[in-house]
Amino acid sequence: MRDVYIIGVGMTKFGELWDKSLRDIFVESALSAMDDAGVDHIESMFVGSMTPGLFVGQEHIGALMADYLGAAPVPAVRVESACCSGGMALRLGFFEIASGNSDIVLVGGVEKMTDSADVTAALATAADQEYEVYHGITFPGLYALIARAHMARYGTTREQLASVSVKNHHNGSLNPRAQFQNEVTKEQVINATLIADPLTILDSSPVSDGAACAILVSEKYLKKPAVKIIGSGAATDRIALHQRDDITELRAVKVSAERAYRMAGIGPENIDFAEVHDCFSIAELCIIEELGFVEKGKSGPFIESGNTMLEGKIPVNTSGGLKAKGHPVGATGIAQVVEVVEQLKGTAGKRQLKNIHIGLTHNMGGSGASSVVHILKLVE
Amino acid sequence: MPTPGYTREIPQRYRLEANKCKNCGKISFPPRLVCPYCGARNFEPTKLSDTGKIVTFTTIRVAPGRYAAYVPYSIAIIELNDGVKITTQVVDCKPEDLEIGKAVRIIFRKMYPEGKTGIICYGYKAVLI
Ligand SMILES: [Zn+2]
Repeated sequence: MRDVYIIGVGMTKFGELWDKSLRDIFVESALSAMDDAGVDHIESMFVGSMTPGLFVGQEHIGALMADYLGAAPVPAVRVESACCSGGMALRLGFFEIASGNSDIVLVGGVEKMTDSADVTAALATAADQEYEVYHGITFPGLYALIARAHMARYGTTREQLASVSVKNHHNGSLNPRAQFQNEVTKEQVINATLIADPLTILDSSPVSDGAACAILVSEKYLKKPAVKIIGSGAATDRIALHQRDDITELRAVKVSAERAYRMAGIGPENIDFAEVHDCFSIAELCIIEELGFVEKGKSGPFIESGNTMLEGKIPVNTSGGLKAKGHPVGATGIAQVVEVVEQLKGTAGKRQLKNIHIGLTHNMGGSGASSVVHILKLVE
Repeated sequence: MPTPGYTREIPQRYRLEANKCKNCGKISFPPRLVCPYCGARNFEPTKLSDTGKIVTFTTIRVAPGRYAAYVPYSIAIIELNDGVKITTQVVDCKPEDLEIGKAVRIIFRKMYPEGKTGIICYGYKAVLI
């Protein structure tokens, strides 16, 4: 396989972008990535999006976005794996370059969730329609089931869950593109409106519009400093949460991380910081366990004592994460890459980390039935 | 007329029909063509146990369209006595009555009217015992 580099990234602000359409936000982020990379053409594109058909009634968005970007007749396809559609688009773009088929590829993600759709019902299509959703479960409900099991098994506390939201809102307050740039307290998180016990609205990522893109190249178009993709891993698990042997285990996350670490030839101890899929506070706890940052069951105290804060041992979700930055589902996996690239290049502004070399992105679909991990390294 | 999609699910929703792998003996619900435990493709029909215990639970406070009028309602993952786990509502109790490990019985229930024709959908629910 050939080496693959990210030479440019771009994204829209995340939030309620009522004056812009699905195609507007995608093209805006694609142009900003192309400008950042200093390129005027692409050879192929992959567009991650979970369900534009349900959110705005538009499918076939590979062709739509190529058209409106002025890039037709390049090959373009939409990639779908629920909330990790963006991360999977990156992975396909990675292989497109690695295989030698293209030398310059645009990968992106987009979702327009605030137009008019029944968002809870649209998101629920990522769960098992016949055996979960039919019975009235929702995504907050599925993560609440995981939270309750994690609390019972490992003694994880309500306060520890809240500390994820507190940290991510603090980081979001330093990110001008975040949907929420306000701080919250543990008390506010715990006493907020219950959505699915024990999770409140402040344990939950918001409904968002947004898009993000990255330009991937082979050696042929390499411009330094760049960020090399040194590991890519993906995995799947049983689609219905109840069919998994252990409700607190996200096996697809664990396996996808192991695959990415193996490709990179490193382990979790070599990761300096990470952007992970905190769709709900409990998810960030389970994920950092599966990524190997902390022993299984110990994430609560680990987070509560500050290890994942900006100045901690392994900063997690420096962007504000899905919780504060926003979660336009298909865009999230690429927006994570935007953050890691900007941190590695030293352009992350007020939330800039110091002495970092290797970052990790983790993006997952549904209640964890699909997961994709990338490991990114600065090359100067 | 119920839709084909609904009609197909009747054996599982009304009667908890499952299949048991002839190779490893594990039960799959709903029935599958390939055993997820051993990869075998030969099964015999079986029926799920109708009693079990709560593995984990929540109370849904915000629900999409079809269940919006029912909130708050409680949902649990139940491990049946034959080892199969299912997700279902737990009814006729208060949210604070639920606990991990509590015994339940699975019973037949009306779910909601489907589509424009309003065909009544049925399924299963759990009650504490
Ligand atoms: Zn078997």
